[in-house]
Amino acid sequence: MGDTRAVEHWDTDFDVMSPDYVADPYAIWDDLRRKCPIAHTDRRGSTWLPTRYQDVVDLAHDIEHFSSTEISVIPFEGEPSDDPVLLYGVPPISADPPLHTWTRRLLLPWFSHRRVESYEPMTRALCAGLVDGLIAQGTADAAGDYAQQIPVRVIAAILGVPASMSDTFTGWVRDVLEFADDPERRLRGVEGLIGFFVEEVERRKAEPGDDLLSDLLHSDVDGAPVEESVVLGVAALVLIAGVDTTWSAIGSSLWHLASTPEDRRRLVAEPELMPVAVEELLRAYSPVTMARVVTEDVDFGGCPMHAGDKVLMNFPAANRDPEAFEDPDTVMLDRALNRHVAFGSGIHRCAGSNLARMELQVALEEWLARIPEFRLAEGTEVTWAGGQVRGPRRIPVVFP
Amino acid sequence: MRIRVDPDKCQGHARCYALVPELFDVDDYGLSTVVGDGTVPPELESKARLAIANCPEYAIEETAD
Repeated sequence: MGDTRAVEHWDTDFDVMSPDYVADPYAIWDDLRRKCPIAHTDRRGSTWLPTRYQDVVDLAHDIEHFSSTEISVIPFEGEPSDDPVLLYGVPPISADPPLHTWTRRLLLPWFSHRRVESYEPMTRALCAGLVDGLIAQGTADAAGDYAQQIPVRVIAAILGVPASMSDTFTGWVRDVLEFADDPERRLRGVEGLIGFFVEEVERRKAEPGDDLLSDLLHSDVDGAPVEESVVLGVAALVLIAGVDTTWSAIGSSLWHLASTPEDRRRLVAEPELMPVAVEELLRAYSPVTMARVVTEDVDFGGCPMHAGDKVLMNFPAANRDPEAFEDPDTVMLDRALNRHVAFGSGIHRCAGSNLARMELQVALEEWLARIPEFRLAEGTEVTWAGGQVRGPRRIPVVFP
Repeated sequence: MRIRVDPDKCQGHARCYALVPELFDVDDYGLSTVVGDGTVPPELESKARLAIANCPEYAIEETAD
């Protein structure tokens, strides 16, 4: 476990795993932006936390000083790249060019607009089936019973792995991302994932299918096959990055609509607003924070950053910066000026962003089509996870 | 009104295509281009401005002519 002392000074001793921060980071970011826009801590090693939009964007674009080789918000005791099976980490997200460039090129066509459109009917049927199963009860956990069930099954189909293992996949991903402060649990998740993909790769050597894993395994790059370590890393990344993130965005959006009747009714009445509304929900409830590691001593924004320091790419705070967004803490479903960076900025723009956007939109459409009126259940608690990925983990709702 | 996408700035967010598919195309790697020569019909000008105002990389610009 990390240092769990209560935080007294957010500017010099912040802790993104603090229960206060997980529950409500917005006031903390506001305060930091005014007093100390790039905060620092020595908990879990020397780490910086920018809170302004322009700083986060500038950091993301300066890949020379800020490397992606250490992306975990909670540092591994030994980064995953120390694992001999994952010699190359989980590229392209954990790589700098040139490894980043060619692995990303392998991955992107699987998440192109054209491909994502082909996944839409399956996603729509999945969402509709889930809501149909809930509707008679009049009550549900919109996070666990719905949001959590969607992206993992779509990703399983893309990877060509059994959807029947969805709960196991979700468990591993949560161990790696949400319970990263517990080294044993995190290791269990990593080993579960890697062990599974090692077997899946063996199977596909003999019987290739029409799926991402087979495609990676049988791809040539500059005339040579892709090393198995790279295939395993990319496969692990697709599962890790494609599950918690989108589920969190769907959950946050449903939580917002459950607690904001005027927005819920507006979306039902104006379905054509959905594409713009989805971007606004992504802005306001951006789930993902990534890390970078400083490659050489550098002064950034007046902060003396040293080689080996971590910088947390605080995309969620950037998206709430009043310098970049008018009235940033208000969700405006028709917000027109919205250069949000929920999917990052620069060369590491989320490779699955088209998929995530489609899943979020379809999940909301199918829910609202069947359950246009719903609200948070009284006397129950909504719980949140935070750190690398922020989102609600339990949203009790009623729909009388 | 006429627009273009700067290929050196575009990182494939595809926000323009998601919001205004009438005016943009995307390739398999997510990179956007304008449809045709980038001329925007008058009825789509406000949508073109929406795309410009949603690009996180400031890659879409209105050209002079």
